[in-house]
Amino acid sequence: MPVLVHEGTREWRRRTTAQEWLRWMGLLGAIAVLVAAARAVSAQTTWVFVLDAGIQLRDLAMRMFPPDGAYAPALGRPLLDTLHIATLGTVLGGLVAVPLAFLAARPTTPSLLWARPVALLALVTSRSVNSIIWALMLVVLLGPGLLAGVLAIALRSVGFVGKLVYEAIEEAAPLPVTAMEATGATRAQAVAFGLVPQILPTMAGVGIYRWEINIREATILGLVGAGGIGMALQASIDALAWSRVSVVLLVILATVLVAEVVSARVRRGLA
Amino acid sequence: MTEAALRWRPPPRIRSAPKRRALWAAALLYTVVIALTVEVDAARIAEGLTRAGAFFGGWLRPDFVTRWTDIRAGLLESLAMTVVATAAGVLLAVPLGLGAARNLVPAPVYALARAALAVARAFHEIIVAIVFVAMFGFGPFAGVVTLVVGSVGFLGKLLAEAVEEIDPAPLEALTAAGAPWGSRVAFGVIPQVMPRMLGLALYRLDINFRESAVIGLVGAGGIGATLTTAFARYEFESVSSILILIIGMVFAAEVISGRLRRALL
Repeated sequence: MPVLVHEGTREWRRRTTAQEWLRWMGLLGAIAVLVAAARAVSAQTTWVFVLDAGIQLRDLAMRMFPPDGAYAPALGRPLLDTLHIATLGTVLGGLVAVPLAFLAARPTTPSLLWARPVALLALVTSRSVNSIIWALMLVVLLGPGLLAGVLAIALRSVGFVGKLVYEAIEEAAPLPVTAMEATGATRAQAVAFGLVPQILPTMAGVGIYRWEINIREATILGLVGAGGIGMALQASIDALAWSRVSVVLLVILATVLVAEVVSARVRRGLA
Repeated sequence: MTEAALRWRPPPRIRSAPKRRALWAAALLYTVVIALTVEVDAARIAEGLTRAGAFFGGWLRPDFVTRWTDIRAGLLESLAMTVVATAAGVLLAVPLGLGAARNLVPAPVYALARAALAVARAFHEIIVAIVFVAMFGFGPFAGVVTLVVGSVGFLGKLLAEAVEEIDPAPLEALTAAGAPWGSRVAFGVIPQVMPRMLGLALYRLDINFRESAVIGLVGAGGIGATLTTAFARYEFESVSSILILIIGMVFAAEVISGRLRRALL
């Protein structure tokens, strides 16, 4: 523990002088980076447009209000499509993610040399690219519509579900597996009966959680043509029909809130 | 009794067998039915697949050079947006997060702060960005504000949860000694949640960078704007190089933030 001798009395310090300096220099560096970043953003900003934001906001609010209630029934089908995209994408993503997770996790990977790194890279790639960017690419390939949306959601979900499941596998207690192998069970039997029951609740919880996130993401995929209620949003924005935009936003808000409540209930039931 | 009947099985979560089977059947049926509603336009896909040659060809030949000035500018702008938005997000999330902790504040403040956090998280970043671009005009400023909203919702909620889970003993001791609210928070709460808060802020830095690649799609600046332009021009070689850079930077960020977290905590 660092002690400073100051005019004959011993004074306790939390850190040594060197540590103290390092902390202050670190803070100074962080502030310098922040200031540089703020200046860079400011240089690219047209401040005139920012300063009249109040006027723009009032303008936007007035055009959005009152919401065009007559437009709501037309949103039924797109809303259903959105839910379907989220559900199918989650199922598909989960089906791919679980085998990848088993390849990536240390206790179950067939090879630390190739299988684990390859699986980890696949998971990172899937996670780094947002579902709307996946959708952008898939719409070019498959044409606009639900299919591109489902695959985009699935591709993004693989990384999320896979990461959480492989972490659960690595955190699972190794003793049941060892015990089963000691009684003569094969590797596959030991994993199926010693490991899988330990991670099943996590898998279910992660799946439901991802489904909730996917509903949120599926609402905007339509902006790039991948189906769902986002297409109605895009169409309304393009037509400058802001009173319809507000209806779409309200419907999205309600859907997301309901999904969140359902997901929270189910996960509490699983825990 | 046969050997098979003696085999032990773990008890199922839903005890009634017909109910269990019905649930599984319903889930399966639902999945199949909605899978059938997905229209697969074979002709369009065939057409797309002929184009896939150019697409994947571009993928495999990433071109960092032709658009390098644009890509560099976009990446730097994204990084600047990420840093500013995370810092502002933390500054705003701390008071909101403390306000949304049940064990620190009276009920009306709690309800208000929770509502604010719920609103901040309700809409997808893209939708928030559309509104802010309409308000502030094109460019990184709208992007920063969008990322700040997302960061506040995320950090505030998780901070509130961390505060609610603290060990209450130090807080109780401070209260018993007559410490005012500010001192109770500063000495009873902050030291306990600081490590978690640092970790979350670093994680959000990573998320903000990834999001900055997306909100550019609707005009909110950053590398996303560069990416959209490349897409619009069918320059798949540049698209590929941008995506590779994003993936590389996210990967690097994950490694660095992991190191940093271990060094700081």
